Amino acid sequence: MTGVTFWASPATDGGSSLMAGRLLARGMVAGVIAACLAFLFARIFGEPQVNLAIAFEAAQDATAGMAPEPELVSRAVQATFGLLVASLMYGAAYGGIYAVVFAFAYGRMGRISPRALALLLAGAGFLTFVLIPGLKYPPNPPGIGHPDTIQLRTATYFEVIALSVCVMAIAILVGRRLALRLGAWNATLCGVGLFVVLTALMQATAPDINEVPANFPAVVLWRFREAAIGMQIVLWSALGLIFGPLAAAVLAPKTGGRRLAR
Amino acid sequence: MSHSLSSSIPGFAPAPAAIPVRAVLPWAAFGVVLALALLYFVGAEQGATSLISGHAVHEFVHDGRHLLGFPCH
Ligand SMILES: [Zn+2]
Repeated sequence: MTGVTFWASPATDGGSSLMAGRLLARGMVAGVIAACLAFLFARIFGEPQVNLAIAFEAAQDATAGMAPEPELVSRAVQATFGLLVASLMYGAAYGGIYAVVFAFAYGRMGRISPRALALLLAGAGFLTFVLIPGLKYPPNPPGIGHPDTIQLRTATYFEVIALSVCVMAIAILVGRRLALRLGAWNATLCGVGLFVVLTALMQATAPDINEVPANFPAVVLWRFREAAIGMQIVLWSALGLIFGPLAAAVLAPKTGGRRLAR
Repeated sequence: MSHSLSSSIPGFAPAPAAIPVRAVLPWAAFGVVLALALLYFVGAEQGATSLISGHAVHEFVHDGRHLLGFPCH
């Protein structure tokens, strides 16, 4: 977190910029810690399903007379160190984005404590970045996607996340606008309603992709998706719970003791 | 509801001081670019596109790529 002060632009006051920088750093740290927990969950509940899917894929290749794919990185490394590093990078990335949103939202979403806002935004992040995109394009174990469609699948995946972010942003901005006229409760209901309608529109218009082989074991697919969603629930709830106190410490006035005395 | 003194959203008591947007913006840009680079290497490198030749990156993050919901094979 050193070097933070050098980023302060002369146009803004140094204290605010320092605060924003510290929030970003703490968000990424919280994301990394949350990712460690998510890794443990995925290691225990996800990896058995990945192995079953790879075994199915290998059996399919063998019956088709194809040679087994060479392993550049051993399965043991992929399932441990590789999974951990991927989780940490993912956690740091979303921890950073989440902290940026928190820095903008704090003080602009009514009177709400830093801890409560942290948890609320973690829920919104899970909804926006994971659940809504995942309902359209759910996580798939190995042995399902065609190599020829990886471009299309990657593009649609990132597009649906971008659209999901837009839908969430529109719903929140419209809700905040309406709050002046309708009050907080009714405005929140309107925002949620708008979110549901826009999400349904988005889901209905995005192209369907179904590449699951007809004989792929349904239980493996279901257990894999359960593990994938569980990993994300662990990640986002831990992120919200860990970041809350860290953010509260950044936002607490330095003269807290003297304030009580006044 | 009495909120006459509040300049913020009705139904809420006065909000805590927000961080000025222009103080957050440089950090927001930095954080989002960093996050996108990280997500690119976890989720798309040596899959849809490739900056580094070979398959080592893809294979290393492979299980994470599947379990975190990115498209793979
Ligand atoms: Zn794969």
